[in-house]
Amino acid sequence: MVIVQQEIFDSGAVIADVAGQSTDIGAVVSFTGYVRDFNDGSPVKSLTLEHYPGMTEKQLEKIEQEARSRWKLTDCRIIHRFGTMELGEPIVLVVTASAHRQDAFEAAAFLMDWLKTKAPFWKLEETAQGERNWVKERQSDLDAANKWKD
Amino acid sequence: MKILYFAWLRAQIGMAEDTVDLPKEVTTVDQLLEFLISRGEPYSSALADRNVIRVALDQEYVKGDAALKDAKEVAFFPPVTGG
Repeated sequence: MVIVQQEIFDSGAVIADVAGQSTDIGAVVSFTGYVRDFNDGSPVKSLTLEHYPGMTEKQLEKIEQEARSRWKLTDCRIIHRFGTMELGEPIVLVVTASAHRQDAFEAAAFLMDWLKTKAPFWKLEETAQGERNWVKERQSDLDAANKWKD
Repeated sequence: MKILYFAWLRAQIGMAEDTVDLPKEVTTVDQLLEFLISRGEPYSSALADRNVIRVALDQEYVKGDAALKDAKEVAFFPPVTGG
């Protein structure tokens, strides 16, 4: 399930919801990404995420389908926020559930790696000095996504 | 045709959305980029570096040689940085 929203979310509540659905779940893996106070050595005050409404949901749903085709998942949740966020707030949550841990672990890593390079979101950072900078693409993210290609 | 711009492309061009009447010789994404650049500033500077421009036709990623055909909207944006 894919949710793109402006509001803050509670990772713990989502994880509990996923885990409580059925008794054939043996493993739940989650990743939460947070707004941190530095990037490339510069202090960051807040973060704004712009997205492409419509295409964002479409691409995330495709990524979820790809994960479900590669691994045996009982459930899969992706929540990604847009708009302005304060330091320490969550940006993104990926939760995967499976009978055995390997599927949930690998699918969660795959979802994050693909999401970073395919989902149409753009980060705009505001520094302590009030400067606003668009975050640049990272080679390490591209390399991480490429390793999942067949 | 509806054209959308995002992130710093939107900021440099100064608008999020535009509607353009395409000359009939403009049939691919690359030809559309050339056509926009030929209109001068702010397009010529914002769209100058093809390596940092990603393209979606009707919300699906495409390459420069993709045909515009019956697409309703084309979007130009920088490499994505979500997650």
